[in-house]
Amino acid sequence: MTEQTASNKFDWAGPAFKARLNKRKRSQLTLKLLGLGAISIAFGMLFLLVASLVSTGYHAFTQTHIEVEVFLDPEQINADDPNRGNYRQIITDTLVTQFPEVADDRAELRKLTSILSNGAQFSIRDEVVADPDLIGQTVTFKVPVSDPYDQLNKGLMDRETPEEFRRLKNEEIANFDILKERGMVSKPLNTALITNADSRFPELAGLKGAIIGSFYALLTCFLLSFPIGIGAAIYLEEFAPKNKVSDLIEININNLAAVPSVVFGLLALAVFLGWFGMPRSAPFVGGMTLALMTLPTIIIATRASLKAVPPSIREAALGVGASKQQVVFGHVLPLAMPGILTGTIIGLAQALGETAPLLLIGMNAFITSAPATPFDSATALPTQIFIWADSPERGFVSRTSAAILVLLSFLIMMNGIAIFLRQKFQRKW
Amino acid sequence: MTLLAFLILFCAVMIGYMLNLRAARAIRAGGTRLHSLDGFHGGFSALVTLVPTFFIILFWMMFQGTVIQSLVKAGLPAGTLEGLGTGEVQLIMSEIRSIAGGRIFGTPEDWKLEAADRLVSLRATSSILLVVVTVIMTAVLILLSRKTVAAEFRARQGVEKIILSLMIGCATVAIFVTVGIVGSLMFETYRFFEMVPIADFLFGTTWEPQIPIREDQIAAEGAFGMVPVFLGTLVIATIAMIIATPIGLFSAIYLHEFASDRARAYIKPLLEILAGVPTVVYGFFAILVIAPAIRSFGTDLGLPIAPNTALAAGVVMGIMLVPFISSFADDALAAVPHSLRDGSLALGATQAETISKVLFPAAIPGIVGGILLAVSRAIGETMIVVMAAGLIAKMTINPLDSVTTVTVQIVTLLIGDTAFDSPKTLAAFALGMVLFLMTLVINIFALRIVRKYREIYD
Amino acid sequence: MNDMRKIERDVKMTDTKITARNVNVHYGDTHAIKDVNVDIADKTVTAFIGPSGCGKSTFLRCLNRMNDTIDVCRVQGDIRIDGKDIHDKSVDPVQLRAHVGMVFQKPNPFPKSIYDNIAYGPRIHGLAKSKAELDEIVEKALRRGAIWDEVKDRLTQSGTGLSGGQQQRLCIARAIATEPDILLMDEPCSALDPIATAQVEELIDELHRDYSVIIVTHSMQQAARVSQKTAFFHLGNLVEFGDTDQIFTDPKDPRTESYITGRIG
Repeated sequence: MTEQTASNKFDWAGPAFKARLNKRKRSQLTLKLLGLGAISIAFGMLFLLVASLVSTGYHAFTQTHIEVEVFLDPEQINADDPNRGNYRQIITDTLVTQFPEVADDRAELRKLTSILSNGAQFSIRDEVVADPDLIGQTVTFKVPVSDPYDQLNKGLMDRETPEEFRRLKNEEIANFDILKERGMVSKPLNTALITNADSRFPELAGLKGAIIGSFYALLTCFLLSFPIGIGAAIYLEEFAPKNKVSDLIEININNLAAVPSVVFGLLALAVFLGWFGMPRSAPFVGGMTLALMTLPTIIIATRASLKAVPPSIREAALGVGASKQQVVFGHVLPLAMPGILTGTIIGLAQALGETAPLLLIGMNAFITSAPATPFDSATALPTQIFIWADSPERGFVSRTSAAILVLLSFLIMMNGIAIFLRQKFQRKW
Repeated sequence: MTLLAFLILFCAVMIGYMLNLRAARAIRAGGTRLHSLDGFHGGFSALVTLVPTFFIILFWMMFQGTVIQSLVKAGLPAGTLEGLGTGEVQLIMSEIRSIAGGRIFGTPEDWKLEAADRLVSLRATSSILLVVVTVIMTAVLILLSRKTVAAEFRARQGVEKIILSLMIGCATVAIFVTVGIVGSLMFETYRFFEMVPIADFLFGTTWEPQIPIREDQIAAEGAFGMVPVFLGTLVIATIAMIIATPIGLFSAIYLHEFASDRARAYIKPLLEILAGVPTVVYGFFAILVIAPAIRSFGTDLGLPIAPNTALAAGVVMGIMLVPFISSFADDALAAVPHSLRDGSLALGATQAETISKVLFPAAIPGIVGGILLAVSRAIGETMIVVMAAGLIAKMTINPLDSVTTVTVQIVTLLIGDTAFDSPKTLAAFALGMVLFLMTLVINIFALRIVRKYREIYD
Repeated sequence: MNDMRKIERDVKMTDTKITARNVNVHYGDTHAIKDVNVDIADKTVTAFIGPSGCGKSTFLRCLNRMNDTIDVCRVQGDIRIDGKDIHDKSVDPVQLRAHVGMVFQKPNPFPKSIYDNIAYGPRIHGLAKSKAELDEIVEKALRRGAIWDEVKDRLTQSGTGLSGGQQQRLCIARAIATEPDILLMDEPCSALDPIATAQVEELIDELHRDYSVIIVTHSMQQAARVSQKTAFFHLGNLVEFGDTDQIFTDPKDPRTESYITGRIG
């Protein structure tokens, strides 16, 4: 290539060109590395996010329990109405049998009872209410310990910290260690995380209310946005005349998709709660709000999958004398259904993660029972995460992470279904 | 009782369908040709019965609470509610409601007990009335539609007309939502400006709505000046964009030009995960990891970093926006015709030169559109800032300091019980109006750019 | 080597610019080019003809290693320009492409000014030391591209605003600006109207005095009008290569004859 024709007046093999070429290659490499760096930062953050959630959250999937033999003293329980009884005293008595020396020291006694969760008395009461024959017997219960002891047992509290900066004093730790030596301490799977509703005490707090609340809200959202979204999309795609009004609706839908979610919350607060007088904190109202936000997503996805159905199918059906609606509902819609469902599931997954609008309609209330109907007050998963993240108790940190992991696993499941549907029914025309 | 109403409606729809179907079959059996298939006659009856009754029941459910409440209120002894604020009236009403529900605390006044009784009886009447109305409506509609069955009746066209109007109704829901947003925001904002002068809101530099002040002082104190709130929003959005834009663009460039198809197939969905993570999760991530990291880093450097520094919220928001920008940029680069890339490479340009001198300039409109949409997201993003940014409005652009944003103020003003006549509540709507208008303008502008740009190369 | 000489003798007495031996190209699983051997002479117009999908464009893209830019494409065999292997490690495709200009089917001016379009190649390769020198290169390229008179007053306007024929001549001028020896043209007139086609064909005729031009074309009339040599490709094989007159009047291979007479294609 060097000994070339006369027309070539440049010395391509010369040092100047060589140097230039090297410089150009270096800048090529730089750009490539910058790109790789950018992607690595993004992935690094994703990894950090997941790692921090898992490393803090996995603690919440177990809960320290203490096995106690409780004498259900008939003197303390009203046999006619087992709901009424001094279960607190029963618990205290139980602990005293382990540490007889503190029986008369009120301060010591208080320290001792603080080992067990405040909810322990209620779980024993519930057992007795369910089976009143237990009164008078000695029954073995597994009761959760309170948050500081749970932290201690999981190694989250540093025993080396000077006593005055530690939440548990030396003496309290010693008490707990004695119980541990006696083999009464265990750390089973924390099923309460799923089966309990919210509580002020981290060791008792669970996601039942939030999960059911989110379910009701999503159900409402689906029942409203799915039919309305499909109806709107079919009309706009198949029937609407191309005129100013259709254009307006189209622009409107695109803009609606980009309106900040908190504005939908304001709308719901002013219209649903303020003007229509609907109940605060109800999953039903939350679902209605989410439906308004999901609607554009579903409409856009439905139109895209309707568009993907080739015109030949429409023409073939019209050709044999079907009416336009018969064609759309009989042939086009079924073919477009997988795409529509995929879009809907993705829209619902987004709705499941939405928090701000639910906060504004009061779904961040502190509610200790799961909602029975969509009209009862409840929280939702994301708002529950927000409440727990705001709570000062140490135990709520890992519980927040755990709740996030639960939420993320629901999201992964929904997106997995969407991807599966897309892969399975993907058609090439 | 509403369940019963729905049940009746369901049965009525079935009955109407069967009646018309049979009638049509009978005519056909008599040897006459019908214009429409039997099923359409049945469907016509079902739809004619279903649609209006369904909406009546729905509206009944929606408004019976409000109507009953105002009836109860009107029935209270004259003068009891005189001179009371909205909050106090609400308190009385909720007390009456809980008495009606059987939860009596202490010894309520007699008029409250009376009102509670009235509430209970009104509720019962309403339920019975609903069922009665449902029965009458469905019966009348079934009879009316039964009469239509005739050989020449165009049942299919009837059915299709009803379905078409239902679909048009669905399409206009989107319009109603926009109208609802604009209407409610404007209404509440107007009421806000009746209490606080508009100039104080727009140009005031102090934002202290939470501090209790005497009624007449609200405006005079200028506690509702949105400038610092707005400034804080800009600070955090700017930090987010400074993080998100280069990372997003460079990853798009890498994905588009350098990554193999296989690598692309893995990298793209992984990046999209970042976009699918709920914002409340990012918010927790900001307070759990990023904010402490920034603080300890700052302490090492001897910088004064506020506990909830704007930097933490901004950085996390930036990460959230990375996939957003990168996918827009990727689309924009992919929309540039392949022939331009070939042309540049054939002239001996390297891939880097091709990207930076030909493809990127050609894709700029699409990329700018995407960045603008990301800005609008950053401004409207709520949970990250609610959890990681501050509550106190400061006139500062120092990213290490703590600032507040429009969305943070909306949420903090409205969390908890809301009375619709306090300037505190209404201020949130005024901020919402500002937010809505800002994002709307950016969105319309960005969507127009993106669309224009697509047209160039289509 | 002996074999090569023999073929060279067949191809009359002009200098050989490009030699290709046993070139095979695979696109993923498809075998697009099968064992192609050809010698292309300097300062002549060589036409590649054949039915669509026969591999003529693919082979053309081998000559400036444009196929490198496609992930799934593998090129095997020996291609030499002026005796130097273009797949040699010392050869950078970036510089190779400056020597071997290419013009595409659809005119593809960059969305930049006419001046910047032409100056693009010289700038990235650093061919001009000053603004004046660059101006000179641009003017020379535009003159050779036979478009100077039409655009000299609007060099700062966008190249995309020109008509289709002008755009294509602009692209030819752009390819010439880096002073290549060889010009590859991939169906350069297929997107143009007849008048623009005539102008471009005239230009190609001009150009072959300074460059060896290889043109892929669908149109046999065009091949007959502009080329001195013609190669006929069919299903990835080079079926016949020879003087254009001979190919069109006295084809040796029955497949060539069928194509020329319109039975396949």
